[in-house]
Amino acid sequence: MFANFDINFIIFGIMPYAALTILVVGSVARYDRDQYTWKSSSSQLLRRKQLIWGSILFHVGIITIFFGHLVGLFTPVWVLDALGVPYALKQWMAVIIGGPAGIAALIGASLLMHRRLSEPRIRATSSWMDIIIMALIWLQLAIGLLTITQTLQHMDGSEMVRFMSWSQSIVTWNINAWVTVVDVHWLYKLHIFLGLLITALFPFSRLVHIASGFAAPFRYLLRPGYQIVRSRRQQPLPKQGSAKSTPAE
Amino acid sequence: MRIRAQIGMVLNLDKCIGCHTCSVTCKNVWTSRDGVEYAWFNNVETKPGLGYPTDWENQDRWKGGWERTKSGKLQPKQGAKWRILSNIFANPSMPEIDDYYEPFDFDYDHLKSAPEMAAFPTARPRSKITGERIEKIEKGPNWEEILGGEFSKRAADYNFEGVQKEIYGEYENTFMMYLPRLCEHCLNPACAASCPSGAIYKREEDGIVLIDQDKCRGWRMCVSGCPYKKIYYNWESGKSEKCTLCYPRIESGNPTVCSETCVGRIRYLGVMLYDADKIDEAANMEDERDLYDAQLGVFLDPHDPVVQETARADGIPEDWIKAAQESPIWNMAMEWKVAFPLHPEYRTLPMVWYIPPLSPIQNAAEAGTIGTDAGMPDVKNLRIPVRYLANMLTAGDEAPVVTALERMLAMRSYMRSKTVEGVIDEGIATRVGLSGRVIEDMYKIMALADYEDRFVIPTTHREQVEDAYDLRGGCGFTDTNGCGGGSSKGSLFGGSKKPLKMPTEV
Repeated sequence: MFANFDINFIIFGIMPYAALTILVVGSVARYDRDQYTWKSSSSQLLRRKQLIWGSILFHVGIITIFFGHLVGLFTPVWVLDALGVPYALKQWMAVIIGGPAGIAALIGASLLMHRRLSEPRIRATSSWMDIIIMALIWLQLAIGLLTITQTLQHMDGSEMVRFMSWSQSIVTWNINAWVTVVDVHWLYKLHIFLGLLITALFPFSRLVHIASGFAAPFRYLLRPGYQIVRSRRQQPLPKQGSAKSTPAE
Repeated sequence: MRIRAQIGMVLNLDKCIGCHTCSVTCKNVWTSRDGVEYAWFNNVETKPGLGYPTDWENQDRWKGGWERTKSGKLQPKQGAKWRILSNIFANPSMPEIDDYYEPFDFDYDHLKSAPEMAAFPTARPRSKITGERIEKIEKGPNWEEILGGEFSKRAADYNFEGVQKEIYGEYENTFMMYLPRLCEHCLNPACAASCPSGAIYKREEDGIVLIDQDKCRGWRMCVSGCPYKKIYYNWESGKSEKCTLCYPRIESGNPTVCSETCVGRIRYLGVMLYDADKIDEAANMEDERDLYDAQLGVFLDPHDPVVQETARADGIPEDWIKAAQESPIWNMAMEWKVAFPLHPEYRTLPMVWYIPPLSPIQNAAEAGTIGTDAGMPDVKNLRIPVRYLANMLTAGDEAPVVTALERMLAMRSYMRSKTVEGVIDEGIATRVGLSGRVIEDMYKIMALADYEDRFVIPTTHREQVEDAYDLRGGCGFTDTNGCGGGSSKGSLFGGSKKPLKMPTEV
């Protein structure tokens, strides 16, 4: 197996597992050991300018892209076949939805990057990791948009199916997954590499707020009423007919 | 009926001298850290004025508190849950730090390290955020101290609603009062309601509203949600912080730092029993002016045997029931009706109440005749317009404020008559609906204000819910990563955790 030892094998065969392991173990460890540091690190208080537009464009764009990748890469090919969705159609959808979302996210990221580097208050309160993550995401968005130029050159969807089968082979423990993406264009390769790198940096950066962000709607919308009351009492009080734990709706 | 107990506070504004001792001692204890230099859990404002942060009372701008929708539903003024969630990327109603002030410090070292110069060295200001020089300080935590600045700016004060305010810009008619402010520890807190993470909670046993620092994710919806702007975002830690009502002191039966150090003895702390099931309805009155009365209706009479029995069944300790009976808050808010909630129209049912200040009689000197109402000055002639106080304390309803001011005047009149002329004039008391005995009680608590009359605080009964053996050798107050003892016992990577009994959600 290691006879054809190859940098491609390291990046596309080993690194996904390494990155996902770091993501999971690192996040669990940080959540358990140091939850106080688990936060969004908002800088809106210090400077509102450029944040409102920058943050909304960036987040709406990147969340669209995130789910686009999730659904696009991990939908099994046989499901497409069963539904009778032509690969070319799916690829068009990816370009039409992902393209504008990517542009929105890139504009947002550029605004945020500019704000972070040029605004003295934000610059002074930024950590190195804040800037590194911001730069990596900006680069990733730019490369992601550049890959569209390659995608448009083969609209039959065959290239896309390769990435689908690579992703799905990774999560189904297929050690030969890396072979499927060996001879794709280097832009795609760089995009995958950066994606895995950002995944690995997740537990060590402010990116952890993504997990909280996805959890927040569930926590908040499913919480009965608006209020939270905490008690030290170990045994709950006997139930009353009209008793409610939430004082206000 | 579900009875809970709450530590409430009353501030007697009639006696506040605006010395800021409360603010300074509070700051020294709680917010002398990076990231919250700008935050004052307690601050004292001069009114009329825009306050701190500037214009905080303008809820059209900040969307704090609650609103009653057209369909009669109560929801945060920021919007329903989905609306709050949709603002999670950027909160349009959140103040910027410049709405408070940019925190600064001075180059004190320059005073002793400067080389020999023709002019004396000065200590110039620097930003505490960037460390850069600030050429001109534009704002501070108390920028309008004693009516600083032009009237035209201060006149934007929200409490002038319905007042012909122009004449108060004239030197002869000007008026002022102090308003010390802290977290209201509301019965229906809008901050807690706005928190998507569920990090803000009210404690069942004493009503203190706290932020779980581990659970806070810095979504900052509470900052705009709180109509009193008493939640502060710590820009260093990325977490929100607020007044804790000095809970470690309260738990051990001591008054808060601001109350303990108040030189004017204006602060009172005591227990109020309330019916948690009534909060919903009380916060959702159709007419804003009914909110004050509705909140009075939430409180329960601790002298009523039925209330006492239900309170015991609901797990309220005996000494808390006793403290509720001796509560100065109960006396001032319910018996004498001289204390009022701050801005009840925010519908949060605040639990820090205020006794409105008396003020000099208008025109008394020039006219020589004071408008009197049966021997007592007419409160309409007080320098501070009643409407102004009513806008602040009763959503604009003047009648309760007038009654309170009259009772305070009656107290003075009665006691002057008693101690100077040696005459007990029961008529003064009956005219304001009180009796001589009640007035003497008022005098004892409001005027003399002995320590033990001001602070009736039962201790928290942790012994009933915690095993002290579990706490032996545990952490003190720390942040981040436990006690840092070097060993990793009780973690993901080590042995099992100590069976520490933490507060649970009910």
